[in-house]
Amino acid sequence: MMIDQEAKRHLRESLAKGVRYDGRKKDEFRNIEIRTGFIVTAEGSAQVKCGETEVIAGVKMSVEKPYSDTPDSGILMVGAELLPLSNPKYEGGPPGADAIEVARVIDRGIRESKSLDNQRLCITAGEKVWTINVDISPLNDDGNLIDVGSMAAVAAILNARFPSYENGKVDFKKVTNEPIPMMRIPIAITVIRIGDAFIVDPTELEEQALDARLTVTTIDDDRLCSIQKGGAGTLSIEEIEKMVDLAVHKSREIRKLIKQE
Amino acid sequence: MGLLIKDKQVVVPGDILADDLGFIPGFGTYRNNHNLVCSRLGLVNIEGKVVKVIPLSGKYLPRRNDIVVARVFDILMAGWRVDINSPYSAVLSSKETPEFIERNEDLSKHFDLDDYLVCKVTNVTSQNLVDVSCRDQGLRKLRGGRIIHVNTHKVPRIIGKKGSMVSMIKQATGCRIIVGQNGLVWVDGEPDKENVAVNAIRKIENESHMPGLTDRMKVYLEEITGVKISLLNEGDYNGLQ
Amino acid sequence: MDYNKRLDGRDFDELRPMEAKAGVIKKADGSAYFRMGKTIAYAAVYGPREMFPKFMQDPKKGVLRCNYNMLPFSGAGGDRVKPGPSRRSKEISAVTEKALSAVVDLSDSPNAVVDVYIELPQTDAGSRCCGINAAAIALADAGIPMRDIVAAVAVGHAGNKIIVDLDYEEEHLPDYLEGLDEKDVADIPVAVIPSTGEISLLQMDGIVDKAVLFKALHKAREAAMKVSEVQRNALREKFVAHVSDDIDNNENGFEENQY
Repeated sequence: MMIDQEAKRHLRESLAKGVRYDGRKKDEFRNIEIRTGFIVTAEGSAQVKCGETEVIAGVKMSVEKPYSDTPDSGILMVGAELLPLSNPKYEGGPPGADAIEVARVIDRGIRESKSLDNQRLCITAGEKVWTINVDISPLNDDGNLIDVGSMAAVAAILNARFPSYENGKVDFKKVTNEPIPMMRIPIAITVIRIGDAFIVDPTELEEQALDARLTVTTIDDDRLCSIQKGGAGTLSIEEIEKMVDLAVHKSREIRKLIKQE
Repeated sequence: MGLLIKDKQVVVPGDILADDLGFIPGFGTYRNNHNLVCSRLGLVNIEGKVVKVIPLSGKYLPRRNDIVVARVFDILMAGWRVDINSPYSAVLSSKETPEFIERNEDLSKHFDLDDYLVCKVTNVTSQNLVDVSCRDQGLRKLRGGRIIHVNTHKVPRIIGKKGSMVSMIKQATGCRIIVGQNGLVWVDGEPDKENVAVNAIRKIENESHMPGLTDRMKVYLEEITGVKISLLNEGDYNGLQ
Repeated sequence: MDYNKRLDGRDFDELRPMEAKAGVIKKADGSAYFRMGKTIAYAAVYGPREMFPKFMQDPKKGVLRCNYNMLPFSGAGGDRVKPGPSRRSKEISAVTEKALSAVVDLSDSPNAVVDVYIELPQTDAGSRCCGINAAAIALADAGIPMRDIVAAVAVGHAGNKIIVDLDYEEEHLPDYLEGLDEKDVADIPVAVIPSTGEISLLQMDGIVDKAVLFKALHKAREAAMKVSEVQRNALREKFVAHVSDDIDNNENGFEENQY
């Protein structure tokens, strides 16, 4: 259900008068619920509900050969599958450009934060390293999949514990107390511009009416580690500054929530 | 022997509603030997010997004389194709508009892509080809305002007895509201009042199964808007305002 | 060698604990969650809606299309499941569609499609049955007309015993029980139409005598009735205490003759 011109216009006018359809303030997130560690087949898991948007993330670990250019480094891969179950606009079949962008923005946000101590994942340099796969699956998509997906991925990573590795084999039934060595907690916040209004945590309808969006991933000391602009509209440098400030401000709230879990 | 369920009970497909041949299968039921069985998730409705199930969910399937809110998505040689929130689209012929249209006139001057209109279903064929018309009193293009989607089966509740429910919302919010049988509702007013109206409609959708809804909605609306609501007199309701 | 006591202590006729909920995915026209022990399935129904590609449309009735998928972190064996369709998932999608088509009536929706998406975030054997159970609830939730709600369960034969609702360890019993040969284990997923006892899905892996198969099918039918109760309750619970006194069904031509 693509948004039509009339609906776009009406939403913009409402926003210009300071009214969001669900009554939220422009810088307000929907109600967030997080639960972790409930998928027994995964080494780590998290489910995040943000308003009606609901996402599950699971962590699977295995021992593989390292990349030849980084023989003593573990491997982290973050993927997202935009399931047609969660939104009729996602057709089955190979992922479209939108789906791939969501996955890559979340992946880069976590990877570029350099939060993961890759060396600690090395078992035998050049031969065996731990590979961490984080898979994100939305169950219900009402907008802001990047932020919510990223929250779920980070929460799942923090929840994960290594399986034991004995005699050259991984034993998934024997769980250790070893967490994944994350030195920082990267948080992705997406800010969208609709006309002259800047809002966070857009619903699906708001996303469809946006002019431009900026996803900013920050680490614990408020430094930025990853940025992605989306949408067909442009942003002035002043606007980008405003949006970055807003993103950094909100990231602190979200980081606190994730840490609490 | 006889009826195995009560009127207004929630039933699910496969439930046996009656086990003797004395009862007549109505909508949402079928006969299996001497059993009358439910085929739709819904509420039992018993009238004499006829047992029906009024569905609680399901897509809108167009019926003749329904008033619906539709959206233009294609302009044809002699009319428009409109989306009526159904698996099937409908056609509005250029002969069925409020104003007379000359031959060779540019149709988009009357209804353009993405325009919304309130119209009446005039015909539905066995292959679900649908015709709509805008000729009757009150049917027209909708300007401004906002469209929301509601469960088509909750439409009677949202309208209320003789329009009592929707008229309360109009009084409290000052919005114009048109409720289409197809589950599309048009709301037009001040943005913050529109939100109140939309929230009220969602509340009705969610609580339609709980008794005393009319009184609850009256209290709810009065509290939020501060407007004192007077209940409708008979004959006041006009669904097309 | 006989299988005398089930690994998790259950009776041979006993299903794993089940849990079901309808309407869990707001965007969908109908949806459900179904759990059998540690196997969990979500199902979402979209439709009837216009069908693409157009050449697949049926002018006589609507088409049912099912898609079964395991999430990457759901495998019971420990390994990650590569995302995307596999031969196995395509086959399960096909038999699921047949199992559900047997009860669904899409004659009022020519040229349209009803899409059913089944996703499993966690599995412990019996995943196709769990998926069917969730899908059947979701179809009813979506208001799709059907003559009954299909109920599925996997039964099996191991160590001379017929067992109901195998879990992952029982599917691989020789790995866990000494003296048991691979050929002593059979896995039989069955989908049943509760009101008539008809069978709409039947598969089998393993070696059994004919007599054992028919005993197992009877056990499956009995077990399916217990699944059916859980499914029906999930739907009813969504609409507790539906009493609408002040509906006027004569509003705007929305009359009794509507139905």
